[in-house]
Amino acid sequence: MASVTLTINGKKVTVPRGTTVLDAAAQAGIFIPTFCHDPEIPRFGACRICVVEIPGMRNLPASCVTEATEGMVVETESPAVVEARSTILELLLANHPMDCLTCEKNGDCRLQDYCFRYGVKGSGFEGRQHSYPLDDSNPYIVRDLNKCILCGRCVRTCAQVEGRAVIDFAYRGFDTKIAPPMDTPLGESDCVYCGRCLAVCPVGALTYKRMAGKGRSWEYDKKPVTCTFCDSGCQFNLNVKDGKIVGVTAASPGPGRPLCLKGRLGLELLYCDDPQAPELKKDGEFVKVSWADALGLEGVLDKMKKLEGK
Amino acid sequence: MTNPIGDIAGADFILAIGTNTTESHPIIGLQVKKAVRQGSILVVADPRKTEVAELAKSHLQIKSGSDIALLNGLANVIISEDLYNKEFVAERTEDFEALKSVVARYTPEYTEGITGVPAAAIREVARQYAGAKNATILYTMGITQHICGTHNVFAIANLAMLCGQIGKPHSGVNPLRGQNNVQGACDVGALPNVLTGYQPVASDEARAKFEAAWGCGPIPAKPGLTVGELLEGADKGAIKGMYIMGENPVLSDPDADHAAHSLKKLEFLVVQDIFLTETARLADVVLPATSFAEKDGTFSNTERRVQLIRKAVEPVGNSRPDWRIICDLACALGYTMKYDSPADIMKEIASVTPSYAGISYERLEKGGIQWPCPTADHPGTPVLHAGKFSRGLGKFHPVEHVPPAETPDEQYPLVLSTGRRRAHYHTGTMTMRTGALEVHYSKEYLEINPADAARLNVQDGDMVRVTSRRGSVEVMARLTDIVSEGLVFTSFHFPEVAINKLTNPARDSISKIPEFKVCSVKVEKIA
Amino acid sequence: MADVTLLINGLQVTVPQGSTILDAARQLGVFIPTLCHDPELTSVGSCRMCVVDVKGARSLVISCATAAAEGMVVETESPAVMEARKTIIELLLANHPMDCLTCGKNGDCRLQDYAYMYGVKDGGVFQGAVHQYPLEENNPFITRDMNKCILCGKCIRACAEIQGNNVVDFTYRGFNTKVAPAMDTALDESSCVFCGNCVAVCPTGALQEKALRAKARSWEVKKVNTTCPYCGTGCSFDLNVKDGKVVGVTSCDGDVNGRALCIKGRFGFGFIHHQDRLTTPLIKKNGQFVEAGWDEALSLVAEKLGSLRDNSGPDSIGILSSARCTNEENYLLSKFARAVIGTNNIDHCARL
Repeated sequence: MASVTLTINGKKVTVPRGTTVLDAAAQAGIFIPTFCHDPEIPRFGACRICVVEIPGMRNLPASCVTEATEGMVVETESPAVVEARSTILELLLANHPMDCLTCEKNGDCRLQDYCFRYGVKGSGFEGRQHSYPLDDSNPYIVRDLNKCILCGRCVRTCAQVEGRAVIDFAYRGFDTKIAPPMDTPLGESDCVYCGRCLAVCPVGALTYKRMAGKGRSWEYDKKPVTCTFCDSGCQFNLNVKDGKIVGVTAASPGPGRPLCLKGRLGLELLYCDDPQAPELKKDGEFVKVSWADALGLEGVLDKMKKLEGK
Repeated sequence: MTNPIGDIAGADFILAIGTNTTESHPIIGLQVKKAVRQGSILVVADPRKTEVAELAKSHLQIKSGSDIALLNGLANVIISEDLYNKEFVAERTEDFEALKSVVARYTPEYTEGITGVPAAAIREVARQYAGAKNATILYTMGITQHICGTHNVFAIANLAMLCGQIGKPHSGVNPLRGQNNVQGACDVGALPNVLTGYQPVASDEARAKFEAAWGCGPIPAKPGLTVGELLEGADKGAIKGMYIMGENPVLSDPDADHAAHSLKKLEFLVVQDIFLTETARLADVVLPATSFAEKDGTFSNTERRVQLIRKAVEPVGNSRPDWRIICDLACALGYTMKYDSPADIMKEIASVTPSYAGISYERLEKGGIQWPCPTADHPGTPVLHAGKFSRGLGKFHPVEHVPPAETPDEQYPLVLSTGRRRAHYHTGTMTMRTGALEVHYSKEYLEINPADAARLNVQDGDMVRVTSRRGSVEVMARLTDIVSEGLVFTSFHFPEVAINKLTNPARDSISKIPEFKVCSVKVEKIA
Repeated sequence: MADVTLLINGLQVTVPQGSTILDAARQLGVFIPTLCHDPELTSVGSCRMCVVDVKGARSLVISCATAAAEGMVVETESPAVMEARKTIIELLLANHPMDCLTCGKNGDCRLQDYAYMYGVKDGGVFQGAVHQYPLEENNPFITRDMNKCILCGKCIRACAEIQGNNVVDFTYRGFNTKVAPAMDTALDESSCVFCGNCVAVCPTGALQEKALRAKARSWEVKKVNTTCPYCGTGCSFDLNVKDGKVVGVTSCDGDVNGRALCIKGRFGFGFIHHQDRLTTPLIKKNGQFVEAGWDEALSLVAEKLGSLRDNSGPDSIGILSSARCTNEENYLLSKFARAVIGTNNIDHCARL
């Protein structure tokens, strides 16, 4: 494949043709912030936080969807870029609850990271603020759409698994929100609680209910573990606090790695020091079930019992 | 230090002589302040009204270079009033009569004449020291940087032995060392007259042991040259090449212009440092070393506590840790010097150094150890000389007052003394490059008494030229009663106020320490 | 000394007479939150976070300043205790900026820890005046944000009892109470010596190390315990490392110094990554330094020193070691002088 050579922040870098400026910068060890970009899901270019300055271009292009070309000159932290990013952050903060104090994503939140990086302490913009009720309708995923920045990563990752696509953008303009069909609570939708959306959400809009209140992001050591329930080889993290395994979270979903509730629950049972009872939807209501039931092992256990009886 | 730092707060009486503890050793200063808060008596002997002097019950504002007279005067009172510890003197010391006869002359009135300290104050302090349950003496370069530096220390030791204030907790003779690893550098043999653990090069047995351990040819029995002598040697041509690691004699040595002049005469100079210091600029080859943050190793602090430093970041650029550079140079010169790590080197140090024999990185991981630590299960030795002195009986070395090498005269009427500021360190190589300290304390000044300033028509903030027989610097004047009339003071931290161009290279004949604390200068206002 | 035995959350514990309930609970491994308490400082019992339920007591008592007594029955997390702690946190938050988003102490803040622990999201029902003090950042060491001060007074006690300087104290009255130097000046106009020992004990974001907290959040740094490179006291501290660079120094519990440090130890680390650092060997050619490789530089030095040793004799060479380098390095240089060159001409600046 042909390659192109470009200059980023004065540093020459050669990449295969078709590479984005964002990827070229990463190759050169230059950090560019991103919200909506995810290497595993289709390009989107919605959030604009990854804008860079390229002389000759009409305005600041989004580096995640701009392809590197021969001789291109890129500045990733020029005054114009920094101003644009700061403004984007201020606009996001204008409609974002300032509750890092107790937010479960505190310490693991891109919005927070970038505000710290660019010294954006608050929003200069006054305006309407959402006041959505917390969607606490299921035992696994807590949705706080007041914190959603509409990056759409959850929508795209959900759609990547055949037959899911449970959520999408709904409504228009300021009222735009992510919702299942008919804007029902998640607990009433077809969601299977695989947790892909949890793994990609860059802010505190989606959090894992079974770890709520148990610890803060910086208190955890993450130990990667591969699920062996099927042959997909999905990656999970064991979250260790004070020497105890407190919970299991999904690492990023990838091609052929669908993630699933059963796998995550199985790992919780296997590893957690104090695993919480699983819950499944029965007749439209979530109820606590046995581990055998949750993991679909009832049949196997029955057979074993019968064999023992013989 | 004979006693640990943590001991100081528990002393009933503290004599701080020639140490501005709270500024130069702030954390040891905390112990002194704590003792004062708890009701201990603090006495400070210093020509300057230093910060620590302000905290003292009595400040003995002695004339520069009159420490022996003061200490002998104290001993005189203690003996003549029969306050000394007879049991200790009888059982643990020798040559008491010699001391007694020498100090007999130093009556409080005679001492007042030399030191300027009132006789009544001398009597009072002597009684307090002798009467204290536990009394400690702290000192630093204000004692040692004199042509009689070693004798000053003898005079301190005499006093401590006289009252039995040594070899037990919260007492002792405690030099507060000024650099992170000056204790350690001495301990491991970076001195011309001794090998590790102060084993003399003059000893056939010691040399034979090291020749065997190092697999090398004969080590000369004659002690080598000290810093000052090396520079003089360079000037005279006897020293042709020098290898300088992490030192900046062009700023730190007395008569600095002369030091630079001598180094320029060398046929070959190699300097190994983390910055291109004033000394490194004169080098033929400069080797970039790493800072303490980029390597493992140990430092030994002033209370003989060996502690780990740990590598936190990778070496900056292509710099290398000093230990690796030395090994590489040795190998290039045909001597195989190879170690896997500093831990490996410590094993070798322990194997040839009785006082470090029980020290290893495994043990240091659990906390510092105070030498002597002769075996792997020895807990270390916080208090020296308990029960017995290393030589057996403690020997009184009576000493006589001698005036400084240079005393004020008509041409150079003022005494210049030098020292440290809280926010800076040594020649400023590090503290001028922190982005914080040099911003906070950006300009050096000369402390001068308002009476002297008035005579010289100098106002606060005026630029003045300070000149000695050796050199001259320009600096801003600050009028203050921290210095008494006739005394001026500044630090040696600022390259732009290279005060060591002025200082006197006259040295103590035993320790070869230069007399930084006293030289004669004149001060003129710059028009 | 006599012992007393008491029950805490149904667990029996025996402690020396004079121990506080808090000491006894800690001995048992029972956690009680504290804001104003510090084992190294005198107890003032002002924040009330540590209240516990003692059977028979008139009201909730503060565990940090109540002596454990024989037969005492203590509950540390009773409903009344939980309600009291929540209310205390709500009251504190009613006048606290909600800017964890960019606060340098985010992740290392007791107020935040306890708000999370007790599920207090904000000041809640309490609405009232909020302080609007200007930020004090005109010195290069310490940033003071008195809007975040909870008036626990630890800085005051650290200044008085650790540093012994009494630079700051409470000033004014009631809601206007604030911690300040005499005459309510800025620190750099006061007698502050910038040891930063107040910063080390501050439980919130009111006092922050200026450089460190602007560069890194608490969870981004790796702490490496080491020994100070300045004077001979040998204080221990933690180098804070982010992305392979030292970004700050924080206190640890050192053998010599405890948590105390001085201005140089705590704030004098900037030289490590200073642009003036030597990064490559230099060889002087025609009076100018030229960058060189290690091999070239080392062979030149070896050749020159070797020829002086062989032609002019070992004693024509002088070596200066360094009180700034490690024991291991000084040992090796002594060995180099004696075994490789064959001279005792080695010294260092012990006398300077």
